[in-house]
Amino acid sequence: MPDFIAQWLDQNEIFTAMTIMEYWNGLVNTVQLVFLSLVIGLVFAIPLAILRTSKNPLVSGPVWLYTYLFRGTPLLIQLYIIYYGIAQIPGIQETFWWEIFREPFYPALLAFALNTCAYTTEIIRGAIVSTPAGEIEAAKAYGMNWWLRMRRIVLPSAARRAVQAYSNEVIFMLHSSAIASVVTIVDLTGAARNIYSRFYAPFDAFIFVALLYMALTFILVFAFRKLENHLLRHQRPVGS
Amino acid sequence: MLDLKGYGPELLDGAVVTIELAFLSLILALTLGLIGASSKLSGNRLAKAIATFYTTVVRGIPDLVMMLLFYYGGQVMVNMLSDFLWDAYEIDFFFQFDPFISGVVTIGLIFGAYMTETFRGAFLAVETGQIEAARAYGFTRWHTFRRIMFPQMLRHALPGIGNNWQVLLKTTALVSIIGLTDMVRVAEEAAKAERMPFHFFIPVAAVYLILTAGSELFIKWLNKRANVGVVQGG
Repeated sequence: MPDFIAQWLDQNEIFTAMTIMEYWNGLVNTVQLVFLSLVIGLVFAIPLAILRTSKNPLVSGPVWLYTYLFRGTPLLIQLYIIYYGIAQIPGIQETFWWEIFREPFYPALLAFALNTCAYTTEIIRGAIVSTPAGEIEAAKAYGMNWWLRMRRIVLPSAARRAVQAYSNEVIFMLHSSAIASVVTIVDLTGAARNIYSRFYAPFDAFIFVALLYMALTFILVFAFRKLENHLLRHQRPVGS
Repeated sequence: MLDLKGYGPELLDGAVVTIELAFLSLILALTLGLIGASSKLSGNRLAKAIATFYTTVVRGIPDLVMMLLFYYGGQVMVNMLSDFLWDAYEIDFFFQFDPFISGVVTIGLIFGAYMTETFRGAFLAVETGQIEAARAYGFTRWHTFRRIMFPQMLRHALPGIGNNWQVLLKTTALVSIIGLTDMVRVAEEAAKAERMPFHFFIPVAAVYLILTAGSELFIKWLNKRANVGVVQGG
């Protein structure tokens, strides 16, 4: 081991069991927040993307407006509006919703889910629109109705085209989730900020957390590459 | 009319700060992107390795974490440098590392990595025949770059630059977290003081929306201009 690392480890007062536990709790919060918002976002994005491809402007218009507003403004402002705004809704403090939204976790989850849902809707819409016309014609020729066609042909084929862009969105969401720390959630970044202010050690606190985020990012990249290989395995050249 | 409770001028100043920040970061990002793409495509192994390391690291770290690292770490570095200079040469040197500088540096570095990938793809899209022709005419390497590669690459890079710019613009909101008085910061203070979050945040969101919508139109126009001579299939 190089001398300077040994020396650094010797003088290490920052990375004790206590702070490691703090980082661990932050990691749990970050993963929960990102995972839940992605799942909620995806579940709502699929029907919204189908509505967005509708020819009727009264159906596709509102969805377009929603995605336009949420993609055109910073997530930080959306978070502030929801976090500070919910308490201002008249009468909410008397209902059971207040019990839920008093914690910063749920306003942040709502903001993140709405934001990622808007981006995911556009990704899926793009994939649906680029479905080859022949696939739809073939499905019609087999007498499939609209619902069956969507479920069996259009959506699975769109999923293959969307997975690459969606993996970028997932990583983007992981990185955006760092702003949860500004509404007092102790996520990974929040833990790093606490540890920084306790020891006044910016490099140790933030470089360590950056490495953790990088590890998470690479795990996601790897998982999505596996998924992509799985979804596109019929396109693999013969003999490889 | 919208009543901003006397925060109007401050919000306007904040908007100017946001736009300045965005443009300076864009310039830094474009410069870094060009350097990064050139080194990625160069034959030099060291340059290639450095550029690859840069883009990989930057894309793995959240923007906010990097901003906090540069802001708090930057001050510590300046302090250390200042102490060192005083001890060694008795030079009195000190400056406050302000949020604006760390914002520009961080956003520039982050989007420099994205621009590197954009420019790399654009350079590769220039036909090799063009470069061979330039060489056949006896152009030097610099000349080929300036007269042949760069102008032809721009057309392919424009959509990517546009996308990055849209994301960059929204990322500038983060600098309010490290204390820069941009419009988000002013709106936050006003919203807290007046207890009217919707009243202050929605106009700020609208300004961002106008900026992104405006740049979308501008990029579309630029794209059309850049592709005037290109026959598009369809």
